[in-house]
Amino acid sequence: MYISFTNKPKQQSATPDADAAAPRTPGGNARRGVRSVSAAVFSFGIVSMLTDISSESITAVLPLYVTAYLGLSTIAYGFIDGLYQGVSAVVRIAGGYTSDRLDQPKWVAFVGYAVAAVARVGLLFVTGFGALVAVLTADRIGKGIRTAPRDAVITASSRSDNLGTSFGVHRTLDNIGAAVGPLIAFIILLLIPNGYSTIFVASLAFAVIGVTILGLFVPNVRTREPLMKPKDAAASTPRAPRPKFDWGVITARPMRRVLAAAGILGLLTIGDGFVYLVLQARSDFAAQWFPLLYVGTNIAFLALAIPLGRLSDRIGRARVFVFGHAGLLAAYVVAALPIADIAATVMCLAFLGAFYAATDGVLAALAAQLTTPETHGTGIAAAQTVVAVTRFLSATGFGILWYALGRETSMWIVSGLLVVAIPLIALLLRPYLAARGREEAA
Amino acid sequence: MSARVKWLVIALVSLLALGTTAGAGVYAWVQYQARQNAPSQAQTVAPTDWARGDRIVFRNTASGQGYGLVASVPLDDPTGARAVTGIACDRVDATETEISCLRSERGITPTYNARIFDNTGTQLQEWPLPGVPSRTRFSPDGSLVASTSFVTGHAYASLGFSTSTAIRKTSDGSSFGNLEDWKLYIGGKVSAPLDRNFWGVTFVDDNTFYATVGMTTIGVTYLVKGDIKAKTLTSVLKTVECPSLSPDGTRIAFKRVVSGAGPTVHWTPAIYDIATKKVTVLDIETRSVDDQIEWLDDDTLLYGVPNSSPGDSDIWELKADGKTKPSIFIHHAWSPAVVQQ
Repeated sequence: MYISFTNKPKQQSATPDADAAAPRTPGGNARRGVRSVSAAVFSFGIVSMLTDISSESITAVLPLYVTAYLGLSTIAYGFIDGLYQGVSAVVRIAGGYTSDRLDQPKWVAFVGYAVAAVARVGLLFVTGFGALVAVLTADRIGKGIRTAPRDAVITASSRSDNLGTSFGVHRTLDNIGAAVGPLIAFIILLLIPNGYSTIFVASLAFAVIGVTILGLFVPNVRTREPLMKPKDAAASTPRAPRPKFDWGVITARPMRRVLAAAGILGLLTIGDGFVYLVLQARSDFAAQWFPLLYVGTNIAFLALAIPLGRLSDRIGRARVFVFGHAGLLAAYVVAALPIADIAATVMCLAFLGAFYAATDGVLAALAAQLTTPETHGTGIAAAQTVVAVTRFLSATGFGILWYALGRETSMWIVSGLLVVAIPLIALLLRPYLAARGREEAA
Repeated sequence: MSARVKWLVIALVSLLALGTTAGAGVYAWVQYQARQNAPSQAQTVAPTDWARGDRIVFRNTASGQGYGLVASVPLDDPTGARAVTGIACDRVDATETEISCLRSERGITPTYNARIFDNTGTQLQEWPLPGVPSRTRFSPDGSLVASTSFVTGHAYASLGFSTSTAIRKTSDGSSFGNLEDWKLYIGGKVSAPLDRNFWGVTFVDDNTFYATVGMTTIGVTYLVKGDIKAKTLTSVLKTVECPSLSPDGTRIAFKRVVSGAGPTVHWTPAIYDIATKKVTVLDIETRSVDDQIEWLDDDTLLYGVPNSSPGDSDIWELKADGKTKPSIFIHHAWSPAVVQQ
């Protein structure tokens, strides 16, 4: 991977339209510049990696900490777990919108990272469960705030022809953090039984380093043309006119279709937990490694995020996003098939990871591609929120199906629906399937 | 700020942050070593005859040597010296001849498992658990063993609160299957098999047991009576968790939610009289009790309550009539099991 150490996106060599229209010679043409991502993307990747080490090291030991160390009930743990998911979706749109309105994506993201880091300090002094909940809530709020502005910075520091690759690089680094964090935590626990305070200190340390790198090294990429600043900053001077923010872009046809597509597919994304449970019920191997199956998925995700991101730059983001759900389908099918050996588990995790690699960063890239620079943050946040909310609904609905019809049957039903949905969504997004450049959002 | 200054700042910040972490780690390690090598906070004796006579078997949480290991005290001298074995468990139950031990194993990747030991410490059976250990109980003759663990891991939030309860044969570790697949009758009607969880089994005999079923979406719990042969579960009483059958088989002690929910939930010990269907809430115990109660005898309940130092707890006793305030039964102990010949 070649990393360009300039912070500004290079001048585009061709307009997106011309680029898209140009006949593509296999290989050579695509190579031009696509391999490079800007230093801003890379440094933001490092920030995310460090922050993920920080948060995942805590998440990984949380059930043990709450139950075995604090001696609290695991019902309490289930509560934290749910809280974890809900909070960040709510503030996400607000984060994206604020970042768009202020045109300060970096600093809005910075606030999000800083909130999470400061919350870590609280963990060092936490004694009761209420305090723990407060700290974790602050942590999730921070995550909600920062996600969309972060993706807006990545968008603004990328060219329209390497956006998918940029997100791929970012998500790879991010997931390395997600894999390393638990490892660090478990090693600390291995060396120092009940060494939770050491884990919290380590978590704070990584968060602080991440925030520092963000503050110092990630450029504050402004997404818009600089505004005329009033020369006289005296109080009497009327404020500069607010930059134009057009909700119409978010609700216009292309974005509407993408949001609908993401929503429908989200409704068929039942949650890894259920897939793992199906595997666990049948395979001794999966049962034994149940608490760690997610690590396998993460590894596949980080290994495939760059190749699939790059692919999305070449053949179109919508296409990779939609057909990436074939990975999800494959995971369902492998889980539902009566195979009990290790290979089935490994394959299932690999397919799940491929699905995330083909959809997570790629959806952000797709949303960015269909919105104007002024609305990137909100657009990306909208897409991610739709996915989060529909997946939550899907998990709830599938839970009911699961207990009403049984494991395998429910799995086959969702697989069947997905078989129908994928081509239909492809049809819905047909105008954008092959688009690689930035669309004019009308 | 020039590039050089930036690099200098980040180098310093990293050094400071990681240095502090290393310092904290070394400090914690030294503390741990000192604690581990210190003589036990509780009075101990050699474990040679730990499994003799009527006894209370429990997890020793006295800091110092022997922390986290299975220990026993004579039934007639619970505050006396404890005999500490070499078996590490988070949750323990015992019969005259065997120990059921649920444990989280530390490692590069932590794992959770259930094991059956004999009194010499020889492992007889082992099977993996899908998450943090919660409860275990033998059947009266020791031929069956039940274990509950929480289904935990990462990114499993979509599952919400989830438990895994299994009943197995002690002899070969074979399971009677997932209780969630059994037929459940609530108020006489077959319950639509929604998201239900089971936890806290207590055996009547080798075919009958009581347990908790929790309906996650509506947040209601029931005491259910299970039939292993028929694979059925029938509701008995609402708002009951972690039942425990009295030695004379006439009453069930349990914990009941009296206020709050989620993180503010408050459980109070209570007793259900099977014949009269009368429930007595023992609210003389004002703290929240989160444990599966163990009967010391037909008049006395035992349960663990965490104390002020993390990772430590005490076993308390409470009279079943609810008229006497609870008192500490064994200091620095957890997960009591009464073994009587």
